[in-house]
Amino acid sequence: MNIEPAGGQGGTGQGPVISTPESRMALQNIAAHQKSGLSGVVTLKTEELFAMARKSSLWPLTFGLACCAIEMISAYMPKHDFDRYGVVTWPSPRQSDVMIVAGTVVKKMAEPIKLLYEQMPAPKWVIAMGSCATCGGPYVRSYSVVMGVDQIIPVDVYVPGCPPRPEALQHGILELQRKIQDEPKLKRGL
Amino acid sequence: MATDTGLSANIVRDPVTEQAELSINMGPQHPATHGVFRMVLTLDGERVVDVYPHIGYLHRGSERLAEGENFQQITTLFDRLDYVANFNNEWVYVRAVEKAMGVEVPERADYIRLILSELNRIASHLLFYGTYGLDTGAMNPVMIGFRDRERIQQIFEGVTGARMMHNYFRIGGVKEDLPDGFVPAVRALLDQLKVGYEEARGTLTESEIFIERTAGIGAIPPEDLLDYGVTGPLLRAGGIDYDIRKADPYSVYEELDFRVPTGQTGDCYDRYMVRMLEIEQSISIVAQALDRLPDGPVMGRVPRILRPPEGDVYVHGENPRGDLGVYLVSSGGTVQPYRLKIRGPSFCNLMALPAMIRGSYLADATVILGSMDIVLGEVDR
Amino acid sequence: MTSGDRPEDSAPSSPIEERVREIAADNAQSVEYSFDELELRVSRESIVDVCAALKSDPDLDFNYLRCLSVVDWQDELEAVYHLASLSHPHKLVVKTRAPIDDPWIPTTIGVWKGADWHEREGHDLFGLEFRGHPDLSPLILYEGFEGFPGRKSYEIPEQVTFYGD
Repeated sequence: MNIEPAGGQGGTGQGPVISTPESRMALQNIAAHQKSGLSGVVTLKTEELFAMARKSSLWPLTFGLACCAIEMISAYMPKHDFDRYGVVTWPSPRQSDVMIVAGTVVKKMAEPIKLLYEQMPAPKWVIAMGSCATCGGPYVRSYSVVMGVDQIIPVDVYVPGCPPRPEALQHGILELQRKIQDEPKLKRGL
Repeated sequence: MATDTGLSANIVRDPVTEQAELSINMGPQHPATHGVFRMVLTLDGERVVDVYPHIGYLHRGSERLAEGENFQQITTLFDRLDYVANFNNEWVYVRAVEKAMGVEVPERADYIRLILSELNRIASHLLFYGTYGLDTGAMNPVMIGFRDRERIQQIFEGVTGARMMHNYFRIGGVKEDLPDGFVPAVRALLDQLKVGYEEARGTLTESEIFIERTAGIGAIPPEDLLDYGVTGPLLRAGGIDYDIRKADPYSVYEELDFRVPTGQTGDCYDRYMVRMLEIEQSISIVAQALDRLPDGPVMGRVPRILRPPEGDVYVHGENPRGDLGVYLVSSGGTVQPYRLKIRGPSFCNLMALPAMIRGSYLADATVILGSMDIVLGEVDR
Repeated sequence: MTSGDRPEDSAPSSPIEERVREIAADNAQSVEYSFDELELRVSRESIVDVCAALKSDPDLDFNYLRCLSVVDWQDELEAVYHLASLSHPHKLVVKTRAPIDDPWIPTTIGVWKGADWHEREGHDLFGLEFRGHPDLSPLILYEGFEGFPGRKSYEIPEQVTFYGD
C-alpha cells in the first residue's frame, strides 16, 4: 500500500489534496480531516469512487440450491451477521448485484440459473459456494450434475468446502469486495 | 418478489363462459419454496383451483452413484440427502448395512448415535421454526432458531469436526469416542434450549397473528394422509400416532421414556405444534440418554472389507421429516451395493401437497408448503 | 436368506403368513422369509388384485405403502412393494417382475395414491412403464433426457468440462 504525499499526482497545491491509488486510504484521510475539523478535498477517479460504493453494498440474490444454502443462511443470522458487510439478501434478480450459487447445479436447474444471471443488471458478480458449484464435488461422477457453475455462467470468486463454513463465505465476500475495488485498475491495465 | 423465473402468470379465458383462469408459476427460484421446488398454480380469483408440482431440480443421482461406491463411502452421500438432519440419515443407512451383515453395535455407540440424532432432530425443528416464522411474516423466530441451532452445531463440531457433513457414524459403531467434557456441555446446551423454547412460545406459539395465519389451513382427512404415504409430524398432526421409534422400535428407544405428540385437526398450526412438542420430547430423550450413557467400546467387530451376503433388506427410521427408508440389495460377495433405493420422507409428503393446497387462498399456499418442511435434497436425491 | 435359514417357530409374524397365502392363493409364486420380513412373489398380471386384496382384508389391512422400488436384474425389472399396516404390527414385501424387453407393470395408484411419484420415478430412471398411470411425464429427469440412468446398462457419459484433463 503506497501513500503518495499531498500534492503528488493530481495535486494543485491548493489545500490538503490527497491522491492515493488505494481509495481505502483516501477514506481514512477523510475521516482524519473530519476529526481535525479542517476542510479538505479528496481527488479520486470516478470509477474508483463507484467501485467503493458498489463493494460496500452488495445485495446477493436469495438463491439456495442445496446443503450450502443452510450455511449461507447461517452466515446471515445472528452469530455471523452478514449485514456488517453491507450484504443484504434480496429475493429478486432485478435488484441484486451478486449471485451466490450455494449448492449442486444439476442439468435441469442449469437453464433457470442462466436465466436468473441474465436478469441481473450489470455490474454483477457470481460467487460459487461449495465444492459442487466449483467443480461438481462429491457428485463428480453423476449423470445429472453440471461440473461446476462456471460451465454455464462466469464466476468471480470460488469458495471451497463441503459445505464451506459461514466464515469461509464471509471471506469470499471480502475477496469479492477487493476484486470490485481493483476492477478499475484492472481495466486500465495496471 | 415477482421474477420471471420465480413468479410468472398467464391468463386463459374460457371463450364461452368468459371465466378467466390464471396460471401462476412459482419457483424454482422463489424464497418461499425452501429450495428449488417449483409448482404451477391455477387460480380462479384468489382461490387455488389446482396445483402441479415439479421436482428434480436437485436430482444428483445419489442412488446410481451409490452403486459405484464402497459400503463405507456411501455414508457421505446420506449426509447430503436431508442436509438438515445429517445424523438421522447416516443412522438409517448404517443400520441397513448392519442388518444385512448381522453386525452387533456396542451399547455405548448406540447411545452416542441416539444422543446426536435427537440433537439433530431439535436442530432441524429449530430451522423449521425459524423459516416458518419467515413464511408467515415474522422475522424474530429465524434469529432465535438459528441462534440455538448454532449452539447445537458447536457441539457437533466438537464431536465430529464438521458443522454439517459429519460422516461420523460407521458401520458397526461410530468413528471415535466422544471428546472430554461432552456430557456437561450437552447438559448446559439443553438448559439453553429450554430457555429458547420458552422464547418461542412468546414469538409464535401464542401469537395471535400466527394462529390466525395457520389455524384451519391445509388440513386433509387422516385416511388421505395415510393413502398418500405421508409420515412424520404431518401425519401425527392429523391425529395418527405413528412414530417408528414406538411402532417399530430400533436402537435403545425402547428403554427410554417419551411420548409421541399428536394433533387433532391436521392443520398448519397443529403441524407446527407437533414439531415444537417434539423438541420438548427430544430434550427429555437426550437428558435420559446422557444419564444412561454406558462405558465401553464404540466400535463393534467389523471386517475391514464389507461384503454383505446376497439378499435385500429394508430398514427405516424416524427422521425429523418422517419415515426414511433404505432398500439395500446386495448381490453377494461385492463391496458395492447392487441397488440402493432411498425413500425420502419429504418425497412422499410432497405427493399430498396438491390435495392440501387445492381450494385454499393463494396467500395460504406458501404457508401450507412451509408447514410441510420439505428438504429438496431428499425429494430429488 | 431364504426360508430355509429361519425356523418357522421363531418367525415374528407367522400368523399373517397363512392369511397372505390364502389371499394370494393361485397368484402366489412363492411366499418366504427374508430376514424378519415376509416376502410374496406374484406375477405382474395379478399385482393389482393381490395388492387390493391385501389392503382391503381387515386382518391384514396393509394401508400404508412404505416404499416402491425398482431393481434392474439385467434381464428383468423387478418392482418391490414394501407394505405396512398401521392398525396391526406387521409388514410385507411384495415383488413382481417384468422382462426388460417388454417392461410394463400395472399401476397400483388405484390402491394407494402414494404409489404415484414412486411409479413416475421408476418410469424415469428405469423405463418401467406402470400401465394405467394417468401421468407418466418426466418427474425427476427432464424432457429430452436420453436413456434410463437407473439401469445397469446405462453408461454414465463422460462429463464435458472447459478445462479437459
